[in-house]
Amino acid sequence: MEFEWIRIPYALLTLFIVLNYGLLMTAVIRKMGARAGRRYGIRFYQNYIDLLKNYSMRSKITHGYMFYLGPVFRLTGGIGLLLFVPTIFGSEMWSNFSFSGDLILALYFAFFGTLGMALGAGESGHPYSAIGVSRGLSQVTAAELPFAIAVFTVALQYQTLSFTEIVAAQQGGFLNWTLFTNPFAVVAAMIAFLGMMMRSPFDVVLAPQEIPIGPPTEYHSAYLALMQTNRNIYPIAKIVVYMNLFFGGAGSWPEFMLKAFLLYLFSALVGVVFPRFRVEQSIRFFLIWGVPVAVIGLLWV
Amino acid sequence: MKDELDRKVPLPDELKKRVIKGPDGFEFEVDPMQDYFCQEPPKEHPPIYVKIVEDFFNWARSESLWILGFGTGCGAIEMRPLMTPRFDAYRYGIQWRPTPRQANLLMISGYLSVKTLKRAIRAYEQMQSPKYVVGLGSCTINGGMYFDSYNTIKRLDEYLPVDLYIAGCMPRPEALLKGFEDLKKIIRAGGAEGANHYAEHFERYKENQKKVILDWDMPDYSW
Repeated sequence: MEFEWIRIPYALLTLFIVLNYGLLMTAVIRKMGARAGRRYGIRFYQNYIDLLKNYSMRSKITHGYMFYLGPVFRLTGGIGLLLFVPTIFGSEMWSNFSFSGDLILALYFAFFGTLGMALGAGESGHPYSAIGVSRGLSQVTAAELPFAIAVFTVALQYQTLSFTEIVAAQQGGFLNWTLFTNPFAVVAAMIAFLGMMMRSPFDVVLAPQEIPIGPPTEYHSAYLALMQTNRNIYPIAKIVVYMNLFFGGAGSWPEFMLKAFLLYLFSALVGVVFPRFRVEQSIRFFLIWGVPVAVIGLLWV
Repeated sequence: MKDELDRKVPLPDELKKRVIKGPDGFEFEVDPMQDYFCQEPPKEHPPIYVKIVEDFFNWARSESLWILGFGTGCGAIEMRPLMTPRFDAYRYGIQWRPTPRQANLLMISGYLSVKTLKRAIRAYEQMQSPKYVVGLGSCTINGGMYFDSYNTIKRLDEYLPVDLYIAGCMPRPEALLKGFEDLKKIIRAGGAEGANHYAEHFERYKENQKKVILDWDMPDYSW
């Protein structure tokens, strides 16, 4: 296959749009969370200022090589996930670098950032980081289980490992979405989605009031800014994966934005309503409610 | 580091230099005060960009004040209403961070006992430049109602470079919001260079700090 160089600027443009969309959307979602608590909330452009401030901090210290690489790995995980998955279906321009086996690669990238962060935060030597990392890894691993089974289900159902073909199979009305053709897999995946979005009730990893604030305790200045950048890209990239697998993909940018917003809102809504789980509670939740549903979905196919 | 001879309060045993025998019989020397800390004094970080860029950055810094959630005295109570619906400081770009590494504003909320001063200094030194200090309440200005206490410090700016005082005993949350707005003006004007001032007059600050903290058992600069 001939590689077309024009894909690179288009992929960067995708990244740019997604970053800005993520910055604005997370601020709006935070505002909605604040309104639920009867506060006015942050300004909608606050994320930009925070990012700019952290990039402009004058001093930074280091704890070693992995401490540098932690945020870099994390950002690589977010960007990689985004760039190897087709963002907009049916458009040559916005399908990024997707290829026939991209489903497996996406699964790998989804976990990559967490591992990089674990190594980086581990080197900072702060006890809270270590606690946060152990909690985070166990929780994400447990959440990954129903998600992985759901992904296998989808791959079996459509007999392909390519995002483009999975989305293509779901076209022609919303009743063709995996949401309706295999609801069990989607329910299991959405339970896993809650666990991977790092919002309440599964935010014991960060737990700002308890272990200030988990893995990034020692991260500051530009390191923190890199991680903030990733925090705005990664959830959207994850949502793109979910959109493609279960919700019929997106045919245009407005459709993409609406679906991404609704999916993000789902996790935020659950977060506002439910209090925080402890780690063993959340692992039990994933294993008791997530995995059986995912297995039923697998048998359904 | 203070010499062992002129210390008024001896070092606790666990911080003394000693020889330790490892589980495999190997003996090695441990000096907790030297081994675990860097002894390097702070560096100055002058504004390096052209003025228009630095002004832009200062605007960003002023609009994104991250407060270290460290309540030193009774004034901390006045900061809580700022997080809640009634005053809601988040809408002014003021947020609370749980770790000194990520914060850039240290609020000394009320009286500082000598014991707390030690922690406040360590927290301040771990923050990244540019960083700001706001003294809250009369106690940080002249001792306030603790003016004759044997165990609290009277003037905060002898120990840490203060950018702004908010007077009152205690100042109301409204006064705090006004204070933050004033601090923003100072930062935007480029006047909040406390971190550089601290690095420049490091000797003097350390001398003052060690005058009151008799059991000095930490590195001179915890970066």
